[in-house]
Amino acid sequence: MSTVERMAGGLGTWLDDRFGVARGARKLLRKVFPDHWTFMLGEIALWSFVVILLSGTYLTLFFKPSMHEVVYHGSYVPLQGVQMSEAYASTLDLSFEVRGGLIMRQIHHWAALIFVAAIMIHMLRIFFTGAFRKPRELNWLIGNVLFILAILEGLFGYSLPDDLLSGTGMRILEGVLLGIPLVGTYASFFLFGGEFPGQLLIPRLFTIHILLIPALMVALITVHLLLVFYQKHTQYPGPGKTNRNVVGAPFLPIYTAKAGGFFLIIFGLSAILGGLVQVNPVWLYGPYHPAQISAGSQPDFYMGWLEGALRAMPAWEINAWGHTVSLSVLVPALVVPGIFFTLLALYPFIESWVTGDKREHHLLERPRNAPTRTGLGAAGVTFFGLLWLNGGNDVIADKLHLSIYAITWFTRFALFLGPVVAFIVARRICLGLQRRDRDKVLHGRESGIIRRLPSGEYIEIHEPVSVEERYVLTAYEVNRPLELTDTVDENGIPTPNGRVRKVRSALSRWYFGTRVEKPTPAEYQQLTAGHHD
Amino acid sequence: MSTHDEMTTGAEGQAAPSGPEHTSGLVQRDEVRGRHARTVDDIVPAVDGVVIEADDHEFAPVERITPDSTVARTYDDPFPNPGPPHHEPRRTDVDPRAARRADRQVAGMFGLATLLLIGFIVSFVAVDTDQMISLPLVGKIGAQNALFGITIGGALALVGFGLIHWARKTMTAVELVEPRHPLRSPEPKREEGAAAFRQGIEETGIARRPLLIGGSLLAALGGLLTAPLVLLRDLGPLPEKKLRHTAWAVEQRIVYENTNEQVKASDMHIGTLVAAHPLGVEDPNRLAKASIFLIRLDPSEVKSQRQLDWGYQGIFAFSRICPHVGCPVDLYEQASHHLLCPCHQSTFDMVDGAKVIFGPAARALPQLQITADGEGNLMAKGDFTEPVGPSFWERG
Amino acid sequence: MKPRFLRRSLDQPGEAAAKSSRQPAEPRRRREPLRRHPLAPLLVLFIALSATGGLYTLLSPGRQAAAASAQSLAIEEGRKLYVSGCSSCHGLNAEGSSDGPTLVGVGAAAVDFQVSTGRMPATRQGVQEPKKKPVYTQAEVDQLAAYIASLAPGPAVPAASDYDTNGANVAEGGELFRTNCAACHNFVGSGGALTGGKYAPKLTGVDSKHIYEAMLTGPQSMPIFNDETITPDQKRDIVAFLNYINTAGDPGGANLGRIGPVSEGLLLWIFGIGSLIGVTVWLTARSS
Repeated sequence: MSTVERMAGGLGTWLDDRFGVARGARKLLRKVFPDHWTFMLGEIALWSFVVILLSGTYLTLFFKPSMHEVVYHGSYVPLQGVQMSEAYASTLDLSFEVRGGLIMRQIHHWAALIFVAAIMIHMLRIFFTGAFRKPRELNWLIGNVLFILAILEGLFGYSLPDDLLSGTGMRILEGVLLGIPLVGTYASFFLFGGEFPGQLLIPRLFTIHILLIPALMVALITVHLLLVFYQKHTQYPGPGKTNRNVVGAPFLPIYTAKAGGFFLIIFGLSAILGGLVQVNPVWLYGPYHPAQISAGSQPDFYMGWLEGALRAMPAWEINAWGHTVSLSVLVPALVVPGIFFTLLALYPFIESWVTGDKREHHLLERPRNAPTRTGLGAAGVTFFGLLWLNGGNDVIADKLHLSIYAITWFTRFALFLGPVVAFIVARRICLGLQRRDRDKVLHGRESGIIRRLPSGEYIEIHEPVSVEERYVLTAYEVNRPLELTDTVDENGIPTPNGRVRKVRSALSRWYFGTRVEKPTPAEYQQLTAGHHD
Repeated sequence: MSTHDEMTTGAEGQAAPSGPEHTSGLVQRDEVRGRHARTVDDIVPAVDGVVIEADDHEFAPVERITPDSTVARTYDDPFPNPGPPHHEPRRTDVDPRAARRADRQVAGMFGLATLLLIGFIVSFVAVDTDQMISLPLVGKIGAQNALFGITIGGALALVGFGLIHWARKTMTAVELVEPRHPLRSPEPKREEGAAAFRQGIEETGIARRPLLIGGSLLAALGGLLTAPLVLLRDLGPLPEKKLRHTAWAVEQRIVYENTNEQVKASDMHIGTLVAAHPLGVEDPNRLAKASIFLIRLDPSEVKSQRQLDWGYQGIFAFSRICPHVGCPVDLYEQASHHLLCPCHQSTFDMVDGAKVIFGPAARALPQLQITADGEGNLMAKGDFTEPVGPSFWERG
Repeated sequence: MKPRFLRRSLDQPGEAAAKSSRQPAEPRRRREPLRRHPLAPLLVLFIALSATGGLYTLLSPGRQAAAASAQSLAIEEGRKLYVSGCSSCHGLNAEGSSDGPTLVGVGAAAVDFQVSTGRMPATRQGVQEPKKKPVYTQAEVDQLAAYIASLAPGPAVPAASDYDTNGANVAEGGELFRTNCAACHNFVGSGGALTGGKYAPKLTGVDSKHIYEAMLTGPQSMPIFNDETITPDQKRDIVAFLNYINTAGDPGGANLGRIGPVSEGLLLWIFGIGSLIGVTVWLTARSS
C-alpha cells in the first residue's frame, strides 16, 4: 500500500467508526454524472459563488460600514481633503493602501458579475431543455429564488461603498419605495431610518449583504445541489441513454477532477480580470452627494432591465381624493418584474397542466422538439433583452450618435411587437428543424455528391444516417393536444369545471396543434426498401 | 403497453431494425446481471452489447387519462435504442509515449503554477503600490495589481487546466451506466408511511377536541409569527408630514453649492446655470431635498406667467430633485432651454414652468419663489408650495 | 500623337505586325524635331499658376498696408476672413441669420474656442457641430477673434496664466466638476448624451485653454459658467482635475472607456462568459 492509501485508510477507518461512512462510499464515490457542456453552466454559478464568498470575507476585514462623515487624507490625490462617508473612505483605503485590496475588490465584483450571468444562462438551459419538468419543479423554484437573491445581493453589495453611482441607485430605490400605495412612505422611512439618505442605510445593507442573504443562499444552494444528487442529473437522449439510467463518468476521480479544475479556472479568470480590467472604480465616481449626478448612470447589468423599464415607461400618474399613485414608477419597477418572476416560477406547472403529463422525466428535450416552449422562451428573452438595452440608451445614443428619444420610442413599441415576432420566428424555426430531422431520418443526409444516371438524370446521393443518429433524431415525445371528452354526460348535465377544461384544451391545442409527426418504422422501411437515394 | 392501434412497442416484437448487432430489443436484465453486475442496482460499464429496453423512457403506462377526463396520447420511439456507442480508446490509452507526454504536460502546468505563485509573493513585497505601467491595448495601469492578477490568476488557471487535462487524457475513461429507480416509493412503502403519519397524529389525541386545541394552537402560532413585526416598528420614524417641507424658509439666502457663498443676481448671465442650496444647511438629509438650481432666461422668451412672477428679473429657481424617482436634474441645454434628467431622460421645458415634455416624470419641477435683498443677494420668499421629489401616496 | 508609354501598352501583337506591314522601311519610332518636351505641359501649368498667384498677390487689395496699428490690422484681417468664411451663416455684420446665431457680444474667447477646435466653420447643419480638424491657423483665429471682439464686448481669450495649473487644487476641481459638469460630461469627462442626438463631448485630449474657454462662453448647448459663478481660480482647479485624471492612468487595469457598468457588462458577457463556455466545451469533449 502506498503512503496515500495508508493515510486514506486510516482516516476512513476513523470516520467509519464514528459515522458509518463506508456504507455509502461505493455509491457516492462512483456515482455517475452525465457529461455535456450545457450541464456545466450551473457549475459556473456555483464556483463563482465560492470565489465571491472567499474574496468577500477578505473585504469585510477592512471595510467600514459607516455613513459617518470623515475627511480623506489618503494617497489618492483627486480626493484629498474631500468630505466623504467612512464607508467610501475605507473602500479607497482598500483600493490604494492595502496591498492586494484592489484586486480582491475587483475579483469580488467580476465574480459577482460572472455569478449572475451564469445563473441566467443556466436557467435558460434548464428552460429550453425542459429540465424543470417533474420531478424537478421544486428545484426550478429554488433556482428562481436564488436568481432573485443574487440580483438583490449584487445591488446591495455594490451600494456598500457609498459612491456617487451606487448612491444614485439607492436614491432611485427610495423613489420606488415612496411610490408604493398605502405603505410606501413607511417602507422608505423604515429602510433608511428616516428621510433619505439617513445614517443607517449602509450598516443595514452590510448586514443584509454579508449575513442574511448569503446565509439564505448557502442554504438554498445546498438544497439545490442535494436534490440534483438525489434525483440524479438529467441527460440528453442518445445511444445507451434512457429514462431509467444515467450514463457518464464517475464522481471520483473524473468528476472531482473536472469540477475542481473548473473551479480553479473560474477563480483564475476572476483574478486575471481583476488584475487587468478595471471594474467599479469608485474613486472616479466620487463620494455620494444627493445633489450630484453623472451622465451615463447605470446599475450593474443584472439591474439593467429594470432601469430600462423605468426609462421606457411614459409619464402616468393618478391623483385622486388626496392620494397619488405614480404608475410610471410602479409599473416598471414592481409590476413588470412581479409578472415576469411569477410567470417564470409558475411555468413548469402551467406546462404540465397543458400537457397532462404526470410522469417522471429524466431525459431532456432538444429545444426544437418543444417548439411552443422554445418560442415562449425566445419571447421572454427578447422582452428582457429589449429592456436591458434600453437601460443603456443614453450610452448607446452617445456612442452611436443616435437620439435618445428615438431609442426610447423604439423600445416602447418593440416591447410589445418584439416578443410576438420572436415567438413566431422561433417556433417556425423549431418546426422547420424538426422537418429537417424527419427528412434526414427518412431520406438520409445530403452528401453533396452528384451522380449522373445512365438515363441522363442527375441525382444527389443521400447518405443514410447512422443508427445512433437515427435514434437521437427520433427519441423524443410528440405531444398531442389534449382532447376534450364528454363535455356533457349521458343525462345532458354539463360536467363540472367545464370552462376550465375548455381553456385547458384550447391552450393545449395552441401548444401542440402545429406539430411535426415523427417518421414511423413503416415509412422508414418503405423508403429504405425502395432504393431511395 | 400499446397506445395507438397499429403501433406496438418494442417489447412485443417491433419490426426488426436494420443491422446485425441488435436483437429484437427484448428486455435483457438478466443478461446484464449475469455478465457484469452483482445486483440490479449496480453501476456497470457501458460496454458494447448491453441492450436497452425499448420502452425505457416511462415508468408508467403510456396512455394517460388525466383526472378530469381529458385523454393524452403519445407515441413511442420508432427506433429502438441502439445501446451505448463503441468505446473509442484515446491516443493516451494505446500509446505509452503519448501518455507520458500528457503526464509531463500536466506536471508542467502544475510546475508553472508554482513558479507564478512565487512571482506573486515577489510582486507583493517588491513592487510599489503606486507604480503604474504602460501596456499596449490596456493603457496605463497599476503595475502591482496587474502582476497580482497575472500571477494568482495564472496559477489558479494553470492548476485547473492541469487537472482537467489529466482527467481528459490519462484518467481511466470508461463510461459507466447507473440505473435510476422511480423516485416514487412503491405502494406498500407509501402505505406504511401514510399509516405511520396517521398513527402519529392519532396518538396526539387532537381528534378529541380539534377546534379547542388545534384552533388555539394555530392562533398562538400566528401571533408568535407576527409579534416580531412589532419589533420592527423602531427601524425608523414615522413619515408624518416630513416629506412636505424642506429647509427653505422666508428670506433664506441662496448660496453656491461648492463654496457656500451667497449668489448675487448680477452673477448670472442669460444662459448661466448655478447649483445652489440654502445658507447654513449642512445636514445631508436636509440638503437632499433642499437642493435647487438657478437659471437666467430672457424674460420675453418665458411662456409661463407664474414662472415669471416667481422669478427675479429673469432668474428662476427650481428644485433639483426629479419628481420621477429623485435623481438630481442638471443637464441644462442652454440653447433649447430643455432640462434633461440623466437617469431616465425626463425632459423639462424651462421656458414653460419646467413642464415635462418627455419621459416618465409626471409633474413639473417645483419652482421656488425668489427675490433679492438690498445688496442683490438672492433669497427665497418661502418654502416650496408642494412636496419636492418623487410622488408618494399621501401627496394629494 | 499619343505619349510613348500609352502607345506601347495599347499595342497588340497583331497591330504591331500591321503597322510594320504598313511602314516596312521606317523604324518604329521616328525621332521628330523637338516640338514638345514631355514635361512641357507641366511647365506651362507651373508658369500659369505662378503668374496667377503672383498677379493676385501684387494686385489684390490689402497688401497696401495702412499705417494702422497691429490691432486694427488684425481686426481688418479678421473681417475679411469673416466675410469670406462665416458671413454666409452668421450674417454680413455678424447679426445672425436663420442658419447661425448672432456673434455680437460672444467675445474673442468664443471665437477662439469654436474655430481653433475646428467646430467652426460648420460643414453641415446638424443638431450639433462636432470637433474636427481646424481650417484656420492660430494666427487667423486670432484675427477673427479680434474682429468679433471689436463688435461688442465679450469674454476675452484667457491668458496662459489663467489656465496654468501650478498650485491648483485637483481635489477641489473634482468637487466642482462633479457638481457642475458631470451631469452632462460624466464623472470624469467621458462624455454623455443630451436630447435629440446632441451630446456633451469627451474631455480627453482637450487643451486646457479650450476647457477654460468652453466654461467661460458656454458653446452650443453648454450653459455659460461666467467668472462670477465659477471664478477663475475654480476654473483652474477644474482644468487641473481634468489634466490629472487624463494622465494618471488606471490602477485597476484597462478602463474600458470609463463609462461605467455598461462596458463592464459587455466585456463580461462577450469575453468572460464566452471564454468560460469555451472551457466547458473543451472540458466535456471526448478526448481523442
